[in-house]
Amino acid sequence: MANVRDIRRRIRSAKNIQQITRAMKFVSAARLRRAQERVLASRPYAKQMVAVLRSLAARVPTDAHPLLAQRGQVGKIELLVITADRGMCGAYNTNIIRSALEFLGRHPGQVELNILGKRGRDFFRRRPYPVRSEAINILQNLTFADAAAIAKDLIEGFAGGERDEVWLLYNEFKSVVQQRIVLERLLPIERMEDPEGDGELEYIYDEPPEKIFSTLLPRYVEAQVFRAMLEAAASEQGARMSAMEAATNNAAEMIDSLTLHANKIRQAGITNELIEVVSGAGSL
Amino acid sequence: MALPEKIHLEIVTPDKQVYSGNVESILVPAQTGYMGILPGHAPLLAELGIGDIEFTADGVTECVACSWGFIEVLPDRVVLLAQEAELSSDIDLKRAEEAKARAEKLLASGDPDVDYAATELAVLRAMSRINAAKSATARQTMRKS
Repeated sequence: MANVRDIRRRIRSAKNIQQITRAMKFVSAARLRRAQERVLASRPYAKQMVAVLRSLAARVPTDAHPLLAQRGQVGKIELLVITADRGMCGAYNTNIIRSALEFLGRHPGQVELNILGKRGRDFFRRRPYPVRSEAINILQNLTFADAAAIAKDLIEGFAGGERDEVWLLYNEFKSVVQQRIVLERLLPIERMEDPEGDGELEYIYDEPPEKIFSTLLPRYVEAQVFRAMLEAAASEQGARMSAMEAATNNAAEMIDSLTLHANKIRQAGITNELIEVVSGAGSL
Repeated sequence: MALPEKIHLEIVTPDKQVYSGNVESILVPAQTGYMGILPGHAPLLAELGIGDIEFTADGVTECVACSWGFIEVLPDRVVLLAQEAELSSDIDLKRAEEAKARAEKLLASGDPDVDYAATELAVLRAMSRINAAKSATARQTMRKS
């Protein structure tokens, strides 16, 4: 039977772990707030961009643009997977990697990977999947320029005809405790219809609408990538915060039950000694 | 029909919403040259270059340094999607001047590795920010005197 000193040691180590997880929880809570603000701040831009594109799409023959063109035979597919750089965030990385593997399974031999985040890189490094590019440690201090560079690379591969489709796989930030894995097609861009149908509004174009449209589309792709990265960064912090919260609670529970156990053993020892003293006195 | 007196302006960048409010007039750097917009303007769509956006709200003129974007003008509102946009009050004049000096030095260095087109754009961007910051301070001193 375990003695009191062993149990005390286990309590101490559980307490240490609890302190660490609690600290990590606070750190990610602070980061989460910042990441959340950035996600919210980036939404108006994306929203307006879509609105402008929609109203343009109603006026311009859009089929002609290379970024909108569907390819009849889909050969090579590119997948951008956004994982975290660090662990300790529950099932966050496992889930996204599992989805990536499912995607790879559905399109055997067609997919090339672009990986963001150390966790994803480490996972796929040991496996026989083609990885075209990887980037680590950029989600922490994400700038639009980073996202734009990645988007540009994706656009070039697509427009150059090396790849027929580009997909994004990331966690969407629903709420602090809820993330949703999203798999969406980045290229070719979905045809945009004008839902409000205010197509009768005649614009004055400063330049030919085709030209405006074709400069806007790459920007739209950049904005999409940027938004996906911001969402993923916020989700990561959210996942880490709830994981650390759960770990802190589990540690507290463990400390409680160990303390109870230790007290019981101590009590049992005292009772034993008492019995020995009493029975010793009785035999005199 | 009487023309509206104000027009709703929104300036958004990928990072944040820079400005949202009702203004009396807007001046933007379109690709084809500076363009003024007053309330009741016909619908218009234009690409923006590097330069300063100026708009007047309640008689006060604000200046925003902008590098590349789009403007959509509707009769009652203007949406400005800018790649980068900084209110003149947020611009660090010293940093802008340093950036300009750095880029100019690169241009003058004659180094074959320098991306001239990109560096020239950097100079233009820095100049637009310096302009925006300076015109804002100039206006402030004028108002005070």
